[in-house]
Amino acid sequence: MLEKALTGSKQYWAWLFFLGAVIFVGFLFFMWQFREGLGITGMSRDVTWGLYIAQFTFLVGVAASAVMVVLPYYLHNFKAFGKITILGEFLAIGSVVMCMTFIFVDMGQPFRILNVFVFPTPHSLMFWDTIALGGYLVLNVIISMVTLKAERSSVAPPKWIKPIIILSIPWAISIHTVTAFLYSGLAARPFWMTAILAPRFLASAFSAGPALLILFCLLLRRLTKFDAGKEPIQKLAMIVTYAMAVNVFFVLMELFTALYSDIPHHVLHFQYLFFGLGDSKVLVPWMWTSAILSVIALVLLINPGTRKNERILVFACVAVFIALWIEKGLGLVVTGFIPNPLGVVNEYWPTLPEVMIALGVYGIGLLIITVLYKIALSVRGEVSR
Amino acid sequence: MGLDRRKFLKVAGCAALGIAGGTTAKLGVGGSPARASSTSKAVHGGKRWAMVIDLRKCHKAEECDDCINACHVTHNVPKFDNPKDEIKWIWRESFGHAFHDQEHEYAAESLKHSPALLLCNHCDNPPCVKVCPTQATWKREEDGIVMMDWHRCIGCRYCVAACPYGSRSFNWRDPRPHIDKIHDEFPTRTRGVVEKCTFCEERLAKGKIPSCVEACKEKAIAFGDLEDPNSEVRRILGENFTIRRKPELGTKPEVYYLV
Repeated sequence: MLEKALTGSKQYWAWLFFLGAVIFVGFLFFMWQFREGLGITGMSRDVTWGLYIAQFTFLVGVAASAVMVVLPYYLHNFKAFGKITILGEFLAIGSVVMCMTFIFVDMGQPFRILNVFVFPTPHSLMFWDTIALGGYLVLNVIISMVTLKAERSSVAPPKWIKPIIILSIPWAISIHTVTAFLYSGLAARPFWMTAILAPRFLASAFSAGPALLILFCLLLRRLTKFDAGKEPIQKLAMIVTYAMAVNVFFVLMELFTALYSDIPHHVLHFQYLFFGLGDSKVLVPWMWTSAILSVIALVLLINPGTRKNERILVFACVAVFIALWIEKGLGLVVTGFIPNPLGVVNEYWPTLPEVMIALGVYGIGLLIITVLYKIALSVRGEVSR
Repeated sequence: MGLDRRKFLKVAGCAALGIAGGTTAKLGVGGSPARASSTSKAVHGGKRWAMVIDLRKCHKAEECDDCINACHVTHNVPKFDNPKDEIKWIWRESFGHAFHDQEHEYAAESLKHSPALLLCNHCDNPPCVKVCPTQATWKREEDGIVMMDWHRCIGCRYCVAACPYGSRSFNWRDPRPHIDKIHDEFPTRTRGVVEKCTFCEERLAKGKIPSCVEACKEKAIAFGDLEDPNSEVRRILGENFTIRRKPELGTKPEVYYLV
């Protein structure tokens, strides 16, 4: 099936070359970082995780969100998702690969990373996260390849794949839960140490992921013969709406508990996010952008008139995605370190090399997703218009 | 190394029996000879090393960096101009930063402006050890020291996130060009690994007290074995009100402070 990725339009190849160039530039910056050390990033003695780990966290959510198409289709026999289930699984594959690459580029000694397997350590959540992510990648590769092959031969998928698909559903929940546990189990960081972190991660994942899938479906409709159809898009939009509402609700729960209890260790982090501490307020405009976009998105999504208008839906999905990217991919990780355990505020902002490396990793993910989508569409004969 | 250690232990055993037996309790209060004898006893096979820092004595010597310099020279700790890249094993921090739950605006001026000496607490229940995915940091069963293996560390910095005391530093850059004079008896580190105080385990193995303790002219730092009821640290803890940093987190820090 892979050969289907090797033929394509000029547009397809131009896009792949563009991504290749982004990846290459990212790789060059990574070589620089590899030689000099992580000192070329914006991370510091106080803020020891930054853009890379934040992207990892955000993308685990996007990966997990495939379950939002897999579950209705396979468990509830919701036929309308038949055409897009494979797109969700391929999105998950690309996202997990990006997650792993982000972890790799964040390591001080990346070539020692196999020590995680040489010295398996069950009391470390990072060990479980490695297993969860690796397993999820394998599950999605097997499921998508087997079902697509069956589709190509116009036969029903083999029976043995069903239990594997069922397994992939709780597994998807587990990857984001374990990722939340990485943070929420740390007594040293009150900002993350909240029982609602895992549910909050899942809620934001199940709205950002399907929002991205809607955008991909609408893009494919413009670029190819593929049409997801009106019904699945609207169902996805409904999922985005509920998940986004739940996410905003969870965030408000956190704000209430922190602000009403008024314990400084809890208040200060939120104060830093939305108002800044002293002159340190680099995240403030971003967080307000995120908050405003969230409200706009919710209004557009909850109102059936605007949700059912696909043009407005596109705008709402973009708003959801950007709002949640800021919340999770920018604010959540670094704010755990600000102020530091001694109460000292040292801010973080990514450097150019750091951003270029991150873009390179996104390039890898988009390349994988493009190639996999091309294969899926070629198998269905839905490539060119 | 093994042979040296065994030989040493033999001699040390005799010495401990002879010298330290009863003297500690008698000479105990206040005098430095007692401390010297109890520490020299303590360094022979302690079961639970701990430290008591007397901040009142420490403050007498304002701007004194003796312990910090001694530690950082002994352990090849690099000096970076940019605080972002900083590595520190033992350092001074304002009382308010070190104990921010204990500070209030009407506290004695001397306390407010006086620095506290901070280092790894060698917690009995270390959160850094729990999170490390490769066991590159671990609590040594025989004496409770929280150790580091710089050859195994993958540089994920999970331990840094888990430490409630800011005691861990990461090598953001190659440290070697930033070491004034490399001390041959201790390894240098490479970029991309985490490091911290190890209670001078390499000196303890040779029967020497930690270098910060040795360097302090005010004798403000006591070091010894908590399992030994006659050790100086036990005596101080039994006779004085001492505080620890963030004991409410259940990490059981083993560095105590007299304020």
